[in-house]
Amino acid sequence: MSDVSPQAVVIGASAGALEALTTILPALPEDFPVPILLVVHIPGDKRSVLAELFRAKCRIKVLEVEDKEPLAAGTAYFAPPNYHLLVEANKTLSLSSDEPVMFSRPSIDVLFESAADAFGPALVGIVLTGANHDGARGLRAITDAGGQAIVQDPKTAFAAAMPEGAIARCPGARVMSLDAIAASLQKVVCA
Amino acid sequence: MVEKVEDIEIRLLLEALYARYHYDFRGYAMASVKRRLRQALEQLAIPTISSLQERLLHDRDMLPQLLGYLTVQVSEMFRDPDYFRAIREQVIPHLRTYPSLKVWVAGCSHGEELYSLVILFREEGLEERTLFYATDISQEALQIAEAGVYPLDRMQLFTENHRRSGGKSSLSDYYQAAYGRVSFDRTLRRNVVFSDHSLVTDAVFGEMNLISCRNVLIYFDRTLQDRALGLFKDSLPRKGFLGLGAKESIRFSEHAGAFRDFVREEKIYQRIGA
Repeated sequence: MSDVSPQAVVIGASAGALEALTTILPALPEDFPVPILLVVHIPGDKRSVLAELFRAKCRIKVLEVEDKEPLAAGTAYFAPPNYHLLVEANKTLSLSSDEPVMFSRPSIDVLFESAADAFGPALVGIVLTGANHDGARGLRAITDAGGQAIVQDPKTAFAAAMPEGAIARCPGARVMSLDAIAASLQKVVCA
Repeated sequence: MVEKVEDIEIRLLLEALYARYHYDFRGYAMASVKRRLRQALEQLAIPTISSLQERLLHDRDMLPQLLGYLTVQVSEMFRDPDYFRAIREQVIPHLRTYPSLKVWVAGCSHGEELYSLVILFREEGLEERTLFYATDISQEALQIAEAGVYPLDRMQLFTENHRRSGGKSSLSDYYQAAYGRVSFDRTLRRNVVFSDHSLVTDAVFGEMNLISCRNVLIYFDRTLQDRALGLFKDSLPRKGFLGLGAKESIRFSEHAGAFRDFVREEKIYQRIGA
């Protein structure tokens, strides 16, 4: 395990995301010490209600990202529908309209890979429930850069394919239930 | 912190691209550039960015290929239908009061946004008095835009977008389909000037009534965004309109004070002062 204290958490989720995130995000305290970046697969033609929904439930701040948004601690940043979300080296967020990756825009891999470049070992990547294989490649990029990987236990996931794919690509990832992830996030980040 | 080898390579490649061919990507948002370069290496089977740089410097044919990776994005006609509805319902009534109009589609790429606006202006009876400027840095993209040919399988989406934007005609009135592709009516290009123009290195070229530049600025870093927004500011007289992409904002720009929100949720701004 890395001895670098994390500066950010990235989370990817697809089918079943809402319920999974409802276990994790509202559990975080207002003064959670790092930003949390999220890609959730959502239909591209809709205005997303994710940020609004979680804003009402969470103690941390919740935003839908606008281009060049700077990162702040204690804040969750949702990728907007129909854009990829990336982290720049100067720790601001940028968006892209590049083609979907594995049919997804936003893509979990795109966020994770750029975050791995920006944060190196000071990053925690979490892959949750989902019915595709997005996130596996990105999670691997995070561990290759020395960051930490956590995957939702496929047995407890609404859809097992995505966590299974992530574990196959990152055998060293810690596999946990949602409750365990929620409980350990605080410890992981403050370690 | 020590600069990573890949980052050094990217910096040098972009210097080479500028020194040799005068295409300036040095102020682009690097996370996307890096992704696209990694993609280029993979697909062109080139081992490192340094070897890509060597090819670029010594082989002219490499240039259009690389530009293809660095510039082209797939868009949609009437992408974000609510934006076009807001142009139609809230901006057009103002534009109607002018005897002649100039519209600039900056970073037109393959022309989807351009044709959307021309069709909208035709539906509103303003096409005749409007001159459209469609600009991009990529010759290849401009050629595709000028040809107005798109894959047939995209038409279902374009048609649905057009309908949701409040379209007053049927999109199929404007194209002919053959062999899996559609070709847009050449009369749509009657009042369009296609031109090579860079928001990074070129200057203002005229006074516009509406500038539509959607999902182009997201590829720039903050400094470059300020330059481009400065160009837009100087191209718009008082009450001129600027439309950006759904998640783009002038909030973080030094030029924010030159504009007011006109349709806030659609990122349509109006020039003030001047």
